[in-house]
Amino acid sequence: MYTAHLVVALPLLLMSATTIVAMLAIAIQRNHTAIAAISLIGVGASLWSLLFAASAIPQQLSSLLIFDSYALLYMALILCAAAFVILLSYNYLKQRHEHREEFYILIMLATSGAMVLTASRHFISLFLGLELLSISLYALIAYIRSETISIEAGIKYLVLAASSSSVLLFGLALIYAESGSMDLSQFANALNHAATFPLIAGLMLVFTGVGFKLAVVPFHLWTPDVYEGAPIPVTAFIATVSKGGMFALILRWLHHNTGINGTTGFVLSIIAIASMLTGNLLALTQTNVKRILAYSSIAHMGYAVVALLAGGTLGAPAATYYLAAYFATILGAFGVMTLLSTSHHEAALIEDYRGLFWRRPALAAAFTAMLLSLAGIPLTAGFLGKFYVIAAGAQQSRWVLLFTLVVSSTIGLFYYLRILAAMYAKTSDTAGSETALPLPATVAVAVLTGLIFLLGLYPAPLWNAIVSAAHNLG
Amino acid sequence: MTLLALILLLMAGGIASWLVASRNATTARWIALLSICIDFIVTLAMWASKAGLATRWFAECNLQWIPQFGIRLHLAIDGLSLVMLLLTYFLGIMAILCSWTEIKDRAGFFHFNLLWVLAGITGVFLSMDLFLFYLFWELMLVPMYLLIGIWGHERRIYAATKFFLFTQLSGLLMLIAIISLAIIHQQTTGVFTFDYEQLLGTSLQPNTALLLMLGFFIAFAVKLPIFPLHTWLPDAHTEAPTAGSVILAGLLLKTGAYGLIRFVLPLFPEASRRMAPLMMTLGVIAILYGAVLAVAQSDLKRLVAYTSVSHMGFVLLGVFAGNELALEGAVIQMVSHGISTGALFILAGLLQERMHTREIAQMGGLWETMPSLSGAGLVFAMASLGLPGLGDFVGEFLVLLGAYRANVSLTVIATLGLVAATLYGLRLGQSAFQGPNPHHWKLPDLSFREWAILGPMMICLLWLGLYPQPVLNTVRPSLAAASQQATPTQEIVRR
Repeated sequence: MYTAHLVVALPLLLMSATTIVAMLAIAIQRNHTAIAAISLIGVGASLWSLLFAASAIPQQLSSLLIFDSYALLYMALILCAAAFVILLSYNYLKQRHEHREEFYILIMLATSGAMVLTASRHFISLFLGLELLSISLYALIAYIRSETISIEAGIKYLVLAASSSSVLLFGLALIYAESGSMDLSQFANALNHAATFPLIAGLMLVFTGVGFKLAVVPFHLWTPDVYEGAPIPVTAFIATVSKGGMFALILRWLHHNTGINGTTGFVLSIIAIASMLTGNLLALTQTNVKRILAYSSIAHMGYAVVALLAGGTLGAPAATYYLAAYFATILGAFGVMTLLSTSHHEAALIEDYRGLFWRRPALAAAFTAMLLSLAGIPLTAGFLGKFYVIAAGAQQSRWVLLFTLVVSSTIGLFYYLRILAAMYAKTSDTAGSETALPLPATVAVAVLTGLIFLLGLYPAPLWNAIVSAAHNLG
Repeated sequence: MTLLALILLLMAGGIASWLVASRNATTARWIALLSICIDFIVTLAMWASKAGLATRWFAECNLQWIPQFGIRLHLAIDGLSLVMLLLTYFLGIMAILCSWTEIKDRAGFFHFNLLWVLAGITGVFLSMDLFLFYLFWELMLVPMYLLIGIWGHERRIYAATKFFLFTQLSGLLMLIAIISLAIIHQQTTGVFTFDYEQLLGTSLQPNTALLLMLGFFIAFAVKLPIFPLHTWLPDAHTEAPTAGSVILAGLLLKTGAYGLIRFVLPLFPEASRRMAPLMMTLGVIAILYGAVLAVAQSDLKRLVAYTSVSHMGFVLLGVFAGNELALEGAVIQMVSHGISTGALFILAGLLQERMHTREIAQMGGLWETMPSLSGAGLVFAMASLGLPGLGDFVGEFLVLLGAYRANVSLTVIATLGLVAATLYGLRLGQSAFQGPNPHHWKLPDLSFREWAILGPMMICLLWLGLYPQPVLNTVRPSLAAASQQATPTQEIVRR
């Protein structure tokens, strides 16, 4: 019995152990490559241990954590994303003169936090995971201390995240006061028609904290500034691991076979619609690619919430597939940005991309694939994600949400096309500055580009895995 | 498998010519030309060998793809698809030939995009799975966007973006309709499928059918284009490079008409019949509106673009007239409009290459200096205005004949469009080619390559105008299947 507990917790234990090993290694000798390798091996080992864990599920670890195929699936997603972030970071940090090594420790801590979120079934583990994730992010966002914009972003995130956490705590307290239980299944009870006012009010306050992490409207105000200010790999981390962990949590506890209705459904619908429209509309006028991707991420979370709201047999798998596709795409996009950045200049303005296709065709082609996937054009992962979300919505007749999705993603297409048009614009200098591409990040971008087409053309294996994992959700 | 090979060959050819172009641009052009020619010959051979057979479907390819959603890689070819494919490859060859000297810049990537557009169009004409159809429908967009956006004229980015946004919005509405149709089919039969033939028999509530039909219709209406959804067309056609305009006018518009015939009529017969009066009215509005606006244009390409709106109005009128005669007319109109308008855009491209302007006011008296080119221009202008003996006349005549049975007053008004067509046709001929030569142009006449483009197009138009029967025989089984669904109690009048 206890061995089974250990086996299922192995992924989490390995991540924590790697963090400690990395810390000790730094104490002995600072070596950027070694620490990066240790973290990558740790993440890899944790990913590999998921296979063993899969043979022992389902297991409950006290009343705090639950390990089932759903949790393991999301852990796999998060770990893969973290591995790609580490590959990008190696490249990014190599060009900068900071203490580089602690960066990886923070990344691994934050990843563990996100993993705890995917497996938590109790208020305590929810808060534990959330804070582990947030506190590591405060430091990560402000990691490049020579940049004032990073510091500003870090402080902004610190203040807002701390206040949203406290609101979340208050919400949890309300739910506890009303129901006398700290089990996360209280969320589902709040969805009932018979739910009392304090229960619903508590859930709304919890949404504040959740919505902040997911960056959905109206809790999105930090997103563009933090995306712009944070180092590119950290931005990629926020867009994937941080959002993924939180989304896994609410998808698990709010998902319902007849969809989310009633007051909660109404509130979430408004959040989804506002996110889709606001995100895409505000992105239109931006000239900074990081800010564009920030606003587009708001919209993308809105699309995922549509699938969550729809529920049914397709809702949870559709949302998960959408997230997986989004992860691959956005990591790839930030990967290309990392490759284009130099030690003193992040390639963030649209102007930096003008004529890119004629200077560095391979990178521009990869970035084109990412943008088309974000826009949901066929052959890419983003299209199938959108297809599944629309199918989930249509199955449950959520027409208002679907039409908003269609209209807003057409608006969204406009700014992706702006970047595309800039990349393919003819410029006078076509000679091209042939800089050697650093290996880790290049491999990451190449793999991600392949993944986008694989997920767009042959979705069956991942879809089957997701469906069987989501099967035991309520 | 042949059908899949048709698409893959174009894609491979595109990649090959992109890779080769950095060393030798001419080789890239030859590779592109060769891959389209092979497709053309294969399709011709299929026509020759299968045309006499009684079966409706000539070839099929049905592979598993996404089993959870019943999505299959299902391609099939019948008479209608075959005729459209022949048109596709014919115009594809012309598009490559006409950009032989026009596109000097980044020729490899240009041909890559050109071939991928054609691959997408081929897929649209062959798909028998609605998901696959949507996929190819969208696949045409990106390379077309790049063709306009990179090699276009002055306002290319604006035009390309507008084109992409219009098509994408309407396409997503169609996607919702496709998915809803599949889900309704699943709820009634328990089978989740996107297969065309299985979805054909889906029983729908009248109002649901109407909504779903509108979802499909709006996507096709934007492509066709139908007033008031046409505003992307003049911009895109005008700003695109010559090959882009040829493909837009000759083929992309036809995918809209094809979609109406292949999907809207058979899938939603009741709803189509209910909406027929409105659709025919829209068609007549497009005929008159396009023709009147064409008369007023000063830009040669813009003029031709608006004539497309007018001609596509005839197609819409024919599709919804509810009888086979009009449907056959619509198909002939699609083919001959593809050729005649394609040729007019090529002419505009030749003139622009020589004169560096598209303004009709800058032209005039070109007959003195370029008799062959002007003569060819006159032929195509006459075809466009519907002169008997050339293809467009047959199409328009059959459409009017069929529409007359459905609605006399609308048909009478539609006929007025022919008068307006005479106005723009003659204006084109007169102010560009005839009269004095005030600007003293001295320009080279048609080269051998240019003859090789325009000559076959003239022959085809003459053939369609004088003996359209082979084409009609080929498409008749498909059209009969489409209109049987739409009009169970039809009065078939045979020649």
